[in-house]
Amino acid sequence: MSRVSTLLARETALAWGKGGGPMVAVGFYAGVATLLPLAVGSEPERLAAIAPGAAWVALALAALLSLDRLFERDYEDGSLDLLTLSPVPLEIICAVKCLAQWLATGLPLALAAPVAAIALGASPQLSGLVIACALLGGLAFSFMGGIGAALSLGARRGGLLTAVIVLPLFVPPVIFGGGALASLDSGLPWKAGFALLGAYTAAAVALGPLAMAAACRNALS
Amino acid sequence: MIPEVSIQSLALSRGGRQLFSRLILKLSPGEAVALTGRNGAGKTSLLRAIAGLIAPDEGEIAFGGVEPAEAREAMHLLGHLDGLKSSRTARDELSFWTGFAGGGADTPDAAAARLDLLPLLDLEVRRLSAGQRRRLALARLLAAPRPLWLLDEPLSPLDAEWRGRFGEIMGEHLATGGMILAAVHDPLPLAARTVEIGR
Repeated sequence: MSRVSTLLARETALAWGKGGGPMVAVGFYAGVATLLPLAVGSEPERLAAIAPGAAWVALALAALLSLDRLFERDYEDGSLDLLTLSPVPLEIICAVKCLAQWLATGLPLALAAPVAAIALGASPQLSGLVIACALLGGLAFSFMGGIGAALSLGARRGGLLTAVIVLPLFVPPVIFGGGALASLDSGLPWKAGFALLGAYTAAAVALGPLAMAAACRNALS
Repeated sequence: MIPEVSIQSLALSRGGRQLFSRLILKLSPGEAVALTGRNGAGKTSLLRAIAGLIAPDEGEIAFGGVEPAEAREAMHLLGHLDGLKSSRTARDELSFWTGFAGGGADTPDAAAARLDLLPLLDLEVRRLSAGQRRRLALARLLAAPRPLWLLDEPLSPLDAEWRGRFGEIMGEHLATGGMILAAVHDPLPLAARTVEIGR
């Protein structure tokens, strides 16, 4: 257990540290949210209609940014070799890395999400659900994204490959989360969409590490 | 603990090319083996196969009845990729890897003192020279004691003085029943059996 917690502390410090981390992810998120009104026009009614969904899509894109750093650096500097020589199963190691990634980028993004949604004209009473969806969805983005990051290990321009692999896996959480937000906005029942988002996240957290560990073993051998 | 390492008629290939076949090697406690061979002969691949990172084509790597997964916790692998993050301090990296390899809380400082790293511990790893960085990687071997050391070119960035001092450290490891398998081009600074592979 102490090994897992020291690994989590190190991974979080690395993900939080220089050359990336929360400021870059939040900055990118703010950039996308600012570009949107410039592209679709700034009429408040039109923006308000798409605000929750737009904030949600921007979140998925921001989550993509830091994914290529998830395994690539450990693979290149030999850390991944050494991590496998421990009693901690590789599946747990992969899960810890994704969790650290979520702590360093998903959490700050979730806190920024309602601000972006309100700035785009969403009703402030959506904020609670926006944060909840962003927290849950961010976890799914990290764990599903980790599969893409592990699969593209060793490939040239792995970051682009990661994006291509991962974006289809981001479709269900974007649909479920966006659906829940749109339903709440128009006064319809929103719990079904939120529950599906939770189910998808649970599946990602449970199954993602198995796929990541298999992909890492393959890359190392 | 691993009672021994016994390799029977091992064949390894990388990228569709066979590196060697019918390799036989036995390593007992207190013994050091220097693996030699030309570049690309498969020295690094052999070390990685023993660490369980590469599956052999044929043959068997046995650890005297200990399961491979369990044996992995009893070995250190030190390659030219040292797993040290250049943005973190030497102290952070040494204590992380010590903890992760199952060493005690006070052993990193003792190991750092042994390798003359104490004045360097607060520097970021990127500030270290190649030799200092290698000494930091070697400090892990002392900070978290494990019986089998798999060393890939351990001496290359070290100066003459440190080659000698690392020779003493390896001698002490053997004296306590440790085992060393080192891929080298220069002779090891202690008595070791030489095995040439890939001929």
